[in-house]
Parts: sequence; C-alpha cells; structure tokens
Amino acid sequence: MIVGERKPLAEILKAIEPYKKVLILGCGECVTVCMAGGDKEARETALALSIARRKAGNPLEVKSHTVERQCEFEYLESARQMVEEADVVVSLACGVGVQTMNMHYEDKQTLPGLNTTFMGMPVESGVWMENCLGCGSCVLEETMGICPIARCSKSMLNGPCGGSQDGKCEVSKDIDCAWHLIVERMMKFNKLEQLQEVKPPKDWTPSHHGGPRKMIREDVKL
Amino acid sequence: MTKSNLQKVLESGIFAVTGELGPPKSAEREKVEHHAKILKGYVDAVNLTDNQTAIVRASSIACGKIILDLGVEPNIQITCRDRNRIGIQSDVLGAVALGIKNILCIQGDHASFGNEPQAKNVNDLDSINLISTLKKMRDEQELLGGDKLEAPIDIFIGAVANPFADPFEYRAYRLAKKVAAGADFIQTQAIYDMERFERWMEKVRELGLHKKVPILAGIIPLKSVGAARYMQKNVAGMIVPDHIIDRLKAAEDKKAEGVNIAVEMIKHLQTIEGVAGVHIMAVAWEEIVPEIVKRAGLYPRPKFD
Repeated sequence: MIVGERKPLAEILKAIEPYKKVLILGCGECVTVCMAGGDKEARETALALSIARRKAGNPLEVKSHTVERQCEFEYLESARQMVEEADVVVSLACGVGVQTMNMHYEDKQTLPGLNTTFMGMPVESGVWMENCLGCGSCVLEETMGICPIARCSKSMLNGPCGGSQDGKCEVSKDIDCAWHLIVERMMKFNKLEQLQEVKPPKDWTPSHHGGPRKMIREDVKL
Repeated sequence: MTKSNLQKVLESGIFAVTGELGPPKSAEREKVEHHAKILKGYVDAVNLTDNQTAIVRASSIACGKIILDLGVEPNIQITCRDRNRIGIQSDVLGAVALGIKNILCIQGDHASFGNEPQAKNVNDLDSINLISTLKKMRDEQELLGGDKLEAPIDIFIGAVANPFADPFEYRAYRLAKKVAAGADFIQTQAIYDMERFERWMEKVRELGLHKKVPILAGIIPLKSVGAARYMQKNVAGMIVPDHIIDRLKAAEDKKAEGVNIAVEMIKHLQTIEGVAGVHIMAVAWEEIVPEIVKRAGLYPRPKFD
C-alpha cells in the first residue's frame, strides 16, 4: 500500500490561513488502512483545525468528507457540492490523490494534508516498512524476495557493502541490512552460489530516473 | 602502456606499502603538499580519499594531481555516492589525462554520516559495477553505454574489502566478485582483530583469490584510547577488540604504544600467505608513517626506472 503520515497541524494551519471555508477530504484506500487519511482522520483533522482557528480568533468553517478512492476521477464526484462550497480543499490522500483532485476540480485548489512516505506494508501494529521503490524492473526473483533497491540504503545490486554489521545497516541500527537478509535467505535455500554472479549496472530508464512514466495498455484502452 | 609504481612494486613481489591522505576542508594546496612531502619515499602510492565519511573536502583527483607534481604517486578513491556513471567516467578520463594511474573503487559512506546529510545519495552504480566499468574503459576502450573511447586509457584498478563487516561467511565470496569484475589490487579495512582477519585470509586462500590479486592489509595507527573507542563504537564496519583498548590504557605513552601495535601487526602481516602489502591510513597523523615503515623493516622503498 501507499503509506502516508499526516502533516503537522501547524503546517496545515499555515497553509489554510487565508481561507474561511475548508473541506478536509479523506480517502478510503491505502491511507485509511495506514490510519493517516481515512474518514476518522479527516473528521479529527477538521475538528482540530476548527478549534485552533477559533482559539486564534479567526473562526473557520470546516467540513470533512471521504471518497472511496481519491486517485480516480470517477470517485471524486460524490464530493462535488462540498468542493464547490469550499474556498480550498485539504486532501488527506497520498500525493496521487491530491493531484487527481487538482486535475478534476481545476478551478479549485487542493492542498496536501499528508506527507506520502513510501510504498510498503505494516509489519506490526503501528509500524510500517518501505519495500518497493517502483523502479520498473523487478529483481526480486534474484534476491530471494527481498528488494535491494528499496531496502538497501545504497540500492546495491552486488551487496552487502562494508558498512553492514550484526545484520544492521550503517545508516541506523533500526534498519536491517537488506543484503544480510538476502545472503542469509540464500544460505537457507542452499543457493548462495547464485550470488557469485556479478550483476551488471542497473538500467534506471524504466524507473523515475528515465523521466515521469506513463503506461499505456492497448488491450484495455478504449 | 605505462605501469604505475604501485603496479610495478606489486608485480615485483616486494611487500608493498601505501599511505593515505585526507584532502583538506579548504582549498589549501600547501596542506596537501605538506602531508605528501612527509610520506614521500616511505610509501609506494598514496590514497586520496573521496569526501570520506561524506564530509565535503577538496577533490581527490585535484589533490592527486597536486601530489603527483611533487613526485608522489596518487591512488585516487572514487565513490559511487556522489556521481552517476556520466560523472564518474568523465572524472576517470580527466584523472588519467592528469597522469593519475591508480584508481580505487569504493561504494562510499552514506551521506547521512557527513556534513551534507540532506544530500541525495546517487549510487547509480555500485562498487562492483564501478570496477567493471573501469575495466571496460581500459580493456575494451568502451564506455559503459557502449560508446567507443577515442584513445585507450591505462589504469590500475583497485578495490576494497572489509573482513570485519557482516555476514562474515560471505565476505571472501564478495571479494571473489570484485576480482571477477576486474580488480587489480585490494586494500582492506583497518585491522585490529587479527584473528578474524586470518580466518578471512584462510577463506581467501581456499578460493585461490590471493593468487589472482595482491591484497594490501589496512593499518590505522592508534593515537589515543579515545580514538580507539571512537572507532569501536562509531565507525561502520570496524572491529576494535577490547584487548587493544586495554593495552593502550595500560601504556604510559599512548602514542608510542599505538605505534608499537601498528609495527607488530605489520610484521605479523608479512608472515601471512597472500598478504602482498600494507595500507597505512594515518590520516591526521601522517608524520608517524616514516617511523612505522622503518621499524617494520620496509624502508627503503624500491625504485623503478
């Protein structure tokens, strides 16, 4: 899923300072699951903003609403009336949702209320980890299902580097060395010899480094 | 094709000695010259670190040229952290044009360690990709993307190995990959845990790597108990056993004991099959190198015409 974290209230307050009527728009997908921008968070944020502005002597008319999926035009229609009534929209969706809103309601500005952090998964309650960078050419079959591009701090194809100690990355003791995990899993499956092969430099063109990407599938295109 | 002095020493079978110089956090040419003059005649080549620990310093290539002008052979380090393949290959051509022959391929400490922690880490290539890129440029006269170089280049390709990083069982195999990628010589991380280094060398010999590539063992002379503790706790991929710290603590003259430890280690390393030399990294303590080299019985250094 796409994991996000709500921006600090002070930052949102600063962004909406010039406005009197604000719509807080949640999303029912990933950010609901990671408890950052779903209906509950949209309501809470709206209330918190309302209280803060009242305290500041600059009352705010604030509503909240959540669409099922903010990253597709067709789901945005349910919010039309509220969007049109508001001076500005604060989206609690990921960066994709914010942009979909700005494209769909091009006469209205939608501001980000969330920092989109990464593509990842919950590993335990309250803990999410990044494990895909969307690099456009998956190598997981070569690395025992552990991504060296996303999970190695240096995105090495021929790791681990010399900074790996006790299974941890040199960057932080809180980060597992992805290459340590790969080597261990290779050993477990008795496949360590696969790591003898020198992997060539990565072709980054299918990734964002090749420029913003667009995918066209003729078989489903109307 | 002209060989570097370091290549000649290693091919002659003479136990090699390399030094290290950390470029200044300034543009003071005289600082680089001062340290190079101290090392001159006591080492076969001097490493110029490339923004070591991600701290911005004068360029390793520029400083390599400065010491070359003084008659000291540079071994310039190139990390994968700060440049993509375009920048790296361009810098290699520029370095060779300046007369630099030894290039050491390094991954590079993560930018979060340094004085620009908000920097984007490049890592377009990894250190093994970097080795194979340089080999391709030299042996096939080709850039990584396939474009032909207009004239051949002559470089002696170095790589690093860290027997003290984990997983230990994989470390000798990773060296094998560096050799397969095209490394001509190896310099190791500084050794304090000699027992672990010897276990690693055993595996290196078992894989026959010592016959394919000369290995220079890393030494950092210790100046104080604090320095030893700092490396034990804060430097990624280093092991400083307590007995080394205890020995320094017990000594009246810490610096003298640090030198004793370094000299003893170098003498011992000369007895290990497959160790072809030592790499003495006395950054910020360059003036101690002549004494260490002399006491280890490695002076004078060989001269080739």
